[in-house]
Amino acid sequence: MDLLFHVHKGGEIVNISVLNPGLLTTIQDLGRNGYQKYGVIVSGAMDTYAMRLSNIIVGNEENEGVLEITFVGPSLKLEKGTLFSITGADLSPTINGKKISRGRPVYLNKDCILKFGSCITGCRCYLAVAGGFDVPKVMDSKSTYLRAEFGGFKGRALKKGDILSIGIKNSKSTKIIKKLEEIKVKDDFVASSWYIKNFMKQNVESTVIRVFEDRQFQKVSDESIDKFFSSKFNIDTRSDRMGYRLSGEKIELKEKLEMISEEVSVGTIQIPPDGNPIILLADRQTAGGYPKIAHVASIDIQKIVQLKPNDKITFKKITLEEAEKLYFEREKDILELKKSIKLITI
Amino acid sequence: MEKDKFKTEIFQISETSVLIEFGSKISEDINKKVRTFCTYLDEHPFNGLIEYVPAFASVSVIYNPLYMNSESPYEVVKSILEDILSKLDFSSIDEEHIVEIPVCYGGEFGPDIEHVAEINNLTVDEVIKIHSEEKYLVYMIGFAPGFPYLGGMSEKIAAPRRESPRTAIPAGSVGIAGMQTGVYPIETPGGWQLIGRTPVKMFNLDGNPQSILKSGDIAKFYPISYEEYLKLRHIQKNNKSVC
Repeated sequence: MDLLFHVHKGGEIVNISVLNPGLLTTIQDLGRNGYQKYGVIVSGAMDTYAMRLSNIIVGNEENEGVLEITFVGPSLKLEKGTLFSITGADLSPTINGKKISRGRPVYLNKDCILKFGSCITGCRCYLAVAGGFDVPKVMDSKSTYLRAEFGGFKGRALKKGDILSIGIKNSKSTKIIKKLEEIKVKDDFVASSWYIKNFMKQNVESTVIRVFEDRQFQKVSDESIDKFFSSKFNIDTRSDRMGYRLSGEKIELKEKLEMISEEVSVGTIQIPPDGNPIILLADRQTAGGYPKIAHVASIDIQKIVQLKPNDKITFKKITLEEAEKLYFEREKDILELKKSIKLITI
Repeated sequence: MEKDKFKTEIFQISETSVLIEFGSKISEDINKKVRTFCTYLDEHPFNGLIEYVPAFASVSVIYNPLYMNSESPYEVVKSILEDILSKLDFSSIDEEHIVEIPVCYGGEFGPDIEHVAEINNLTVDEVIKIHSEEKYLVYMIGFAPGFPYLGGMSEKIAAPRRESPRTAIPAGSVGIAGMQTGVYPIETPGGWQLIGRTPVKMFNLDGNPQSILKSGDIAKFYPISYEEYLKLRHIQKNNKSVC
């Protein structure tokens, strides 16, 4: 019931009505950690980088639940007083028919319709609202676990007619709104002049995926190793949140391996008996029994998950130490971004 | 029994995870090491630990590298884990944690039990007796929320998977696939030979913990009548804490 009667500081009820759900729109945060030992998958945003940025822009905690929007965006009625941001894929977002740009906070002076159009770059876009979505956490997370039907909004993707309530804005969000209110505009909405330019650049589609060796790398035949790093792989249409299936050169092992199930994680590249690699992603199972030949560097997960079926990729080998370095550099950049936003909104 | 000469090893898996391999085969001794290690981590989590995931013969440990205050967080985690491994007593005998699971065998819940009996030259009652006499070690939970990988089924009741899988197996179904037995926690398609059903919710969002079995537990099945099944099912629905 608190879903319907959530009263904010100002006494107003702020929510989002779903006019059209789009292809696959779900609430996701950074995932359900700590429950894999019970067979519960991690879930969470596919592009955690874009997802974190969307939260940071509106002043939320990085782990707040956001909408993950896939290929075809929804139509949403947003109420006056909503502060939101859009990151990730460019799905041509508009407010009341006017094009808006991504990577900056947008504040609504009136009730507005947010719509998405054609898919220009990438395929997964993130919508964060200041205050987050007021849905109960299930096992410490707001992420939607579609198959087990729990988490997120009623354990499912959004449907027409759903009403999502927005949580209470924190002081960071309130400061951002104050700054935006200083800007005089005739429109129904106001967007900041600043945007996260350097961070959006990294979102440009790139098809070279950096990987390091995983546990069974040495068991792959020399010929297949050559092929793995020199040929192009096609992203199969059966790819989804669980994993991206690739087709192209078949990867063969030196000899058949007797495997017992063990860990898999985001970016694990498995080789099933048919020789077609699978890159495991957000909705992967908690363990796997196929040989693991390589692992996508954390920094390049954001590239992979924005690629569409029939896009082509190539793999480039780096060391795990290099991947760790890249990981740290990105975390440093995100920290800097948070500091800059704080300075801008003082 | 052959002594396991395997040396426990730590592997770096990714920027945020390591794997500790205790052995290279499925055995109770190795699985017990996995369990001893996980129990220690439960009681003594280190700063930056996100979670651990036990498997048959290994555990993956996931951590936040930013907590390690080092340019090579892996080295920090590795030394923490080595320290833990060096002081753990793997020979200690821990108490068996037995979880009893009631099963209504045969009938509409176990449409394949006669087939299982037939191919093994047994009567249905003998299949029930053998299945419910054994103690099953929960090697790990995976595949689906609360799904146990059980070891210890008698080969006398082994049965190959069905040639055409069923499109929906109801939650609670108890089945046999080859040398394995298991319980389906949620409705899912599958090719297991179904021999019965439990009224117990193997995975319950309101439970604490949510999965009634955990790695290292001993599962024991006991036969109940259809009436008892209905009664227990009713209690399950009305009392969230029953398990």
